[in-house]
Amino acid sequence: MSQATETETTEGTGRIKSVSGPVVKAVDLDARMNDVVYVGDEGLMGEVIEIEGDVTTIQVYEETSGVAPQEPVENTGEPLSVDLGPGMLDAIYDGVQRPLDVLEEKMDSAFLDRGVDAPGIDLEKEWEFTPEVEVGDSVEAGDIVGVVPETVTIDHKVMVPPDYEGGVVESVEEGAFTVDDAVVTLENGEEISMRQEWPVREKRPTIEKRTPREPLVSGQRILDGLFPIAKGGTAAIPGPFGSGKTVTQHSLAKFADADIVVYVGCGERGNEMTEVIEDFPELEDPKNGNSLMARTSLIANTSNMPVAARESCVYTGITIAEYYRDMGYDVALMADSTSRWAEAMREISSRLEEMPGEEGYPAYLAARLAEFYERAGYFENLNGTEGSVSAIGAVSPPGGDFSEPVTQNTLRIVKTFWALDADLAERRHFPAINWNESYSLYQDQLDPWFKENVAEDWPERRQWAVDTLDEEGELQEIVQLVGKDALPEDQQLILEVARYLREGYLQQNAFIDVDMYCPPEKTYAILTTIQTFNDEAFDALDAGVPIEDITDIDAAPKLNRIATQEDWEAYVDELKSDITEQIRSLY
Amino acid sequence: MKEYQTITEVSGPLVFAEVDEPIGYDEMVEIETPSGETKRGQVLESEDGIVAIQVFEGTTGIDRNASVRFLGETLKMPVTEDLLGRVMDGSGNPIDGGPDIVPDERRDIVGAAINPYSREYPEDFIQTGVSAIDGMNTLVRGQKLPIFSGSGLPHNDLALQIARQATVPEEEGEGDDDESEFAVIFGAMGITQEEANEFMDDFERTGALERSVVFMNLADDPAVERTVTPRLALTTAEYLAFDKGYHVLVVLTDMTNYCEALREIGAAREEVPGRRGYPGYMYTDLAQLYERAGRLKDREGSVTQIPILTMPGDDDTHPIPDLTGYITEGQIMMDRPLHSQGIEPPVNVLPSLSRLMDDGIGEGLTRADHADVSDQMYAAYAEGEDLRDLVNIVGREALSERDNKYLDFADAFEEEFVEQGFDTNRTIDETVELGWDLLSTLPRTELNRVDEDLIEEHYREDAAASDAETEEVSAD
Ligand SMILES: Nc1ncnc2c1ncn2[C@@H]1O[C@H](COP(=O)(O)OP(=O)(O)OP(=O)(O)O)[C@@H](O)[C@H]1O
Ligand SMILES: [Mg+2]
Repeated sequence: MSQATETETTEGTGRIKSVSGPVVKAVDLDARMNDVVYVGDEGLMGEVIEIEGDVTTIQVYEETSGVAPQEPVENTGEPLSVDLGPGMLDAIYDGVQRPLDVLEEKMDSAFLDRGVDAPGIDLEKEWEFTPEVEVGDSVEAGDIVGVVPETVTIDHKVMVPPDYEGGVVESVEEGAFTVDDAVVTLENGEEISMRQEWPVREKRPTIEKRTPREPLVSGQRILDGLFPIAKGGTAAIPGPFGSGKTVTQHSLAKFADADIVVYVGCGERGNEMTEVIEDFPELEDPKNGNSLMARTSLIANTSNMPVAARESCVYTGITIAEYYRDMGYDVALMADSTSRWAEAMREISSRLEEMPGEEGYPAYLAARLAEFYERAGYFENLNGTEGSVSAIGAVSPPGGDFSEPVTQNTLRIVKTFWALDADLAERRHFPAINWNESYSLYQDQLDPWFKENVAEDWPERRQWAVDTLDEEGELQEIVQLVGKDALPEDQQLILEVARYLREGYLQQNAFIDVDMYCPPEKTYAILTTIQTFNDEAFDALDAGVPIEDITDIDAAPKLNRIATQEDWEAYVDELKSDITEQIRSLY
Repeated sequence: MKEYQTITEVSGPLVFAEVDEPIGYDEMVEIETPSGETKRGQVLESEDGIVAIQVFEGTTGIDRNASVRFLGETLKMPVTEDLLGRVMDGSGNPIDGGPDIVPDERRDIVGAAINPYSREYPEDFIQTGVSAIDGMNTLVRGQKLPIFSGSGLPHNDLALQIARQATVPEEEGEGDDDESEFAVIFGAMGITQEEANEFMDDFERTGALERSVVFMNLADDPAVERTVTPRLALTTAEYLAFDKGYHVLVVLTDMTNYCEALREIGAAREEVPGRRGYPGYMYTDLAQLYERAGRLKDREGSVTQIPILTMPGDDDTHPIPDLTGYITEGQIMMDRPLHSQGIEPPVNVLPSLSRLMDDGIGEGLTRADHADVSDQMYAAYAEGEDLRDLVNIVGREALSERDNKYLDFADAFEEEFVEQGFDTNRTIDETVELGWDLLSTLPRTELNRVDEDLIEEHYREDAAASDAETEEVSAD
């Protein structure tokens, strides 16, 4: 059951037995698990989550104040589904794919009312369809039969739905049609339109999952440089409140080199979604200069919106992501925050009086998380194209303690771990990603790409940075006891170099125009410039130059300014030669 | 309206009654005790034949003979502009001896969620006159920015100072001057009579009461009522802001008492408790309060929230501050050591944060150099703070000249920038200039977070040599 389907396919009517928050029990209802039902006199949308004897338990996606026993419950007989077709980009949905702009108009209010339906895609709008098959061609499930220019950036591929049989094309249309018009008809009677439906809790079929070998270039130095994620990869960003999960997710949504971005705001702040709606249309896609919204689909189920729809919003998001993947696109999905999703599961589960597992979460928490991240990957699609879904989930551990169940169960699945750190955030070291704790298991499989596309010595340079930061970590422990001046000069120099690495390389301000996006070439240039300083400085030290003279050179503080230079290439060239010259003049 | 004398169980704040008609979830209930006292409550769970009722005014005196009336509607707040200047109890009944309230409208107190699409991103700078806030953790109109405090710390003084001083610097010649003034809604939950007097005296002294609406649930008022008080306050705030165009500042204190009330109800319902006994849905519940802040497209007014909470054991990982921090747009952290040092207000800026600062400051909003100055002061203060531990071990002499400068900076930052007293009202210009005075005690090359042109313009060459002379601050 998607938002576009007519609601008259009622299979059976039951009545309410009890109401407790978002959980409603009904009797005499003929329903299957996960069927969508309409609850009460106002017809609030809900989903069947448990059947026991004659009692059917329903989670309701809208507020249930005033709903009373005896009111009717109608079954649609269909599982919770999304509408898939052109119009999902540049759109903003709630957790069950109701477009929020349409809701505003229909409800004539800035506040969300109840019992209002709206299709996920505009059923009236006409799209220009250009076929890619001819009469007599044979098509199979998943095959592309034509294209629609959906936005300036994205050509929407119209595909044979995966659950069709396929066969010989009998007729083909060309021109402007609504999403429900048949644009291709097969001899077996199957009609293909620009709209499909898909149940959100089921993954869309593919041929196979492959090992990802290309990075999802994020434009964030610490990520690309130290902890890269692959296209089709998975990542978790756990961190206490205020440590930078959302800012990092927003930066990825803005600058990652994906074709399509699906951003799921799950149980977080309203203003953060507003920020996206206001900022993205004005920002340029670094790939092509078009408006960022032209590649973005937003799902906003904020913390004050009904908790059941929070549970479903990540599924809505990943289903939309899979659909664009089927067209052969690289899709990046951000979910902020998966902890709110897990809590929604917990809340519903406790209302069902299920046996609680760890910290009250249901026993199936780990399985649900795994299922979700498993839907990410680099795939060969049914139609032979290759596409990917990268899934990046924020995690909000209570008290910032990573030993809690959501963080732990997530870490067992994802391959990239960006650990945010309250201490770094407090001192305004952003992004506050802790370089000791974080890791990427994709590094080795992505190195060939970086070597070929950025620099041959990319892995060695990275290793040097990691080693230097490690050494700093060890030295800092000693400094805490004896002070910096008690260290031998070479160790003092390591500290100085590491400071430039932290301040000039790892730190990146998401609010400064020139710095918010850093192409890998610039990431590399900053690193090599700092290394130039390192190498020259150690040579000078070996030659007997006192450390203060070395670290006091005019050029050194400029290492922290490369990031904010418009013309960083020229700046780097000059800086490298200044550093060399100034240090060498000391001996 | 049907009356039932069918109470089967009374348990803590909960009453169970049998019914022979369907009763709506969340509906209002009146219970009359045999002694003639009327108590109000709300349906927590509705089943065929039986309902669970949460009683606001405590269940004392309720027995099997009490009669139960279902009002057929959810809890409503009568709203009107005439509420300004009025004082009510925690359930919304006037206690100031004034005339009856003639409502324009009665609004459901469980406000519907704002459609995220209908919001407007908050970015109008509010000058609170407090440097630690304006300079380092800027508040904007429509933000929810709590004060995280501890028992015995002067959070009320800070809240009052903000309520008194908060203005939005309007562009020249634009409208009359009370346009930038806030209407203040004050929702008290479980505070002491003394604290209540402190607030009321200040409101009366400054004449602020006229543009305030006060809801008072005191420490000896029923705990369950506390779950209603902030909703009454916020319903009033939304009405004044979005229907009547006011800029509303909502002060809610103490959210810790609110959360205790939630825990009490949860326990009475025998729910599976979450962390430290608080209900698993506390995040959602708090979000339904805190998210009622903001601005709307095409509407004049705004709701700005300053909830106050005392952290049990000064522990910011306790579920109450933790969940709050995950919902609000930053926090102002009060600090016990700073308080002992006599710093007023004792705000520790390091763990404080305003997430809406970035868009609310800068050229045309506050000052072009504001962001860089603030950023640099954060870094410098953090560095100085770190060094303090080391100094205790090795002594000042063992530190480099550079390190000593940072130590001095950290001291000056606390004593001159954060310290200002609860009566001083600094303009944003004064605050940022003061920042430059302090930053200029550090070598120029250390200011790597400040744009070079801005350093050129503002860095005080002579300050680095002499010690910071920051007593006099000049406003432009
Ligand atoms: N890369 C960055 N550059 C500059 N500032 C940053 C950066 N990352 C985070 N910040 C600062 O940290 C603040 C908090 O970040 P953010 O809102 O992303 O935290 P969060 O981890 O999502 O918190 P919560 O769990 O409460 O949602 C931001 O408002 C911003 O001031
Ligand atoms: Mg966040």
